[in-house]
Amino acid sequence: MTQLPDLAWTSPRDFRVGPFAVTPVLTTEWTALAYALAAGKFTLMSLWAEDGAACMALHDYAAHRVAVARLEGLTDGFPSVGVHHAAAQRLERAAADLFGLVPQGAEDARPWLDHGRWEIAYPLGAAAPHPGHPPYAFLPVEGESLHQVPVGPVHAGIIEPGHFRFTAQGETVVRLEERFGYTHKGIDRLMQGASLARGAELAGRTSGDSTVAYAWAFAQAAEAALEADVPVRAFALRGIMAELERLANHLGDIGGICNDAAFAMMLAQTSVLREKVMRAAFATFGHRFMRDQIVPGGVAADIDSKGVAVLRALIKEVQNRFPPLVELYDNTASLMDRTVATGFAGPDLVRRFGAGGFTGRASGRDFDTRRDLRYAPYHTLKLDVPGREDGDVNARVWIRIREVEQSCLLITQMLDTLPHGPVRTDVEGVHEPREGLGVVEGFRGDILIWLSLDASRRIRRCHMRDPSWFQWPLLEAAIENNIIADFPLCNKSFNCSYSGQDL
Amino acid sequence: MRHFLLDGLMQRPLTEDVPASQVSAELVAALERGARERLGRSLAIRMVDAGSCNGCELEIQALGNPYYDLDRLGLHFVASPRHADVLMVTGPVTRNMAEALRRTYDAMPSPKWVVAIGDCAREGGCFAGSYAIIGGAEAVVPVDLHIPGCPPPPLEILKGLLALLQSVQTGKKAV
Repeated sequence: MTQLPDLAWTSPRDFRVGPFAVTPVLTTEWTALAYALAAGKFTLMSLWAEDGAACMALHDYAAHRVAVARLEGLTDGFPSVGVHHAAAQRLERAAADLFGLVPQGAEDARPWLDHGRWEIAYPLGAAAPHPGHPPYAFLPVEGESLHQVPVGPVHAGIIEPGHFRFTAQGETVVRLEERFGYTHKGIDRLMQGASLARGAELAGRTSGDSTVAYAWAFAQAAEAALEADVPVRAFALRGIMAELERLANHLGDIGGICNDAAFAMMLAQTSVLREKVMRAAFATFGHRFMRDQIVPGGVAADIDSKGVAVLRALIKEVQNRFPPLVELYDNTASLMDRTVATGFAGPDLVRRFGAGGFTGRASGRDFDTRRDLRYAPYHTLKLDVPGREDGDVNARVWIRIREVEQSCLLITQMLDTLPHGPVRTDVEGVHEPREGLGVVEGFRGDILIWLSLDASRRIRRCHMRDPSWFQWPLLEAAIENNIIADFPLCNKSFNCSYSGQDL
Repeated sequence: MRHFLLDGLMQRPLTEDVPASQVSAELVAALERGARERLGRSLAIRMVDAGSCNGCELEIQALGNPYYDLDRLGLHFVASPRHADVLMVTGPVTRNMAEALRRTYDAMPSPKWVVAIGDCAREGGCFAGSYAIIGGAEAVVPVDLHIPGCPPPPLEILKGLLALLQSVQTGKKAV
């Protein structure tokens, strides 16, 4: 086996404040990296294609550092990583759909985002008229008395579209196969040639529930590439917004999970708290989702003492009203009966896929970008990262409960130490091509944004990797041997993004 | 558990009045009359995300929370298009969702109305011009009402639905 390439590992201290140095690799070295990923030497953070190139972002878990390897000079494809390391499969299929670069040797060569309905094929590559696709071939399932249940893309509730193909034996799920791409909006191509302002607008509309986290990761990538000196007050305001977003989502979903177990009262209670968070966000930052508030260089607007008071009152209220709800969850045996031992995601699988967020932390993967790939303002704050090993629906609920508590404490810390000064700086100073990396802990997990800018600071390539890429496949595994009726519960406990992965 | 139920009995409801400045009492009355005459007391809504970022869905979901409590106005969401009077569409319509949206509309019995929610649902919003986008909801289904916003807050959606009900009663287009 070929030696591993000498990767330019970079610690957050460096990639958070400066352009990212990519490691060019040879074809043999690329494959060596795939073997190393399969052996668990490091974690795959993302895989994406560029014009005539393929890239991988790698994370050295123990040493808290990141590297990006680039295989250049490609004309028709690159050696498949997914054939060795399953976490790369869907990312490779997406890269093939967008650029026409085929993962050579891949076991699964089916399209992923391309449903054969676009007018052009390979929109970021050759962009030729679309020849059309044969019907999508779901994986064959063989055995006695099996039946299939197709669900979606239009679902029963008020949720995003996607297709689930269940194969069941009686009530028990034997296999679930997901098919996505329905909300594919072509964001990667809209990004090409866009200004930073337009890029920030698109990034903030990639996954609506994580608009703050996306805008922040985009701003991070741009600011690192351009070595912008972002004012400290902007960092604190970003942190407050990100924790409000986490609060709103966790509160909504904790109730939502209980509601899917027919315990509607919890949703009624937590949806009130969620609404209070949304209203406080509106009162303080002028938008319920705080959309377009984080921009490259800082934040769009400052907050005043009235805003601080609104946030303090909100945190006080959540801290008063949330504990009785936690107690209610903990003391309702009929509810626990549904959540305990349901939808188990094994620690091994979670590690192999590098699943982030509460999904990872509920299954023994002790990783949080805020602590392990630190960025301002979290380097000055006290943060306890909750962790569990049991990996079921109940474990994911508990991690989110603990994170609600942590977010309240973090917001209080940030309000207590809110620095004075400007909230935005200019990012226009650089006149050469640059590349930068942004990684932010959204409520769902780590969002990675790779940004490549030309000399006039137009976007050459922007790749955004939602945490869901590494969580959706786990849902397929977690539902096995559960009954179909528990699928909504399991699905909600992961709450992966459709739009974030469809782009 | 008992504690929450008791609180629920003792406290005043959180549900807020429909904003009087924007939607008159007559409108609410009209809603009642209209809904009763044309639709038998209620309006059933089937929601389809045709490619949105999920922001609009979250605000539509919020309509069910105790502050807005959509059901009290006779408006409710249904799982099957067969049971629906109104098709609510969010997002720019992606090429990958166009057929599913069209088939959902076709599966609804007449009379039926279409409400497009959010900036994207009008001509694709900030995603217009992409190879993956057909356009707004109008590109696939006939839109009766468009509620703008990114995303529109729950109250705006509520006002829009009430306006639609009024137009259902008078037989005029809401927008």
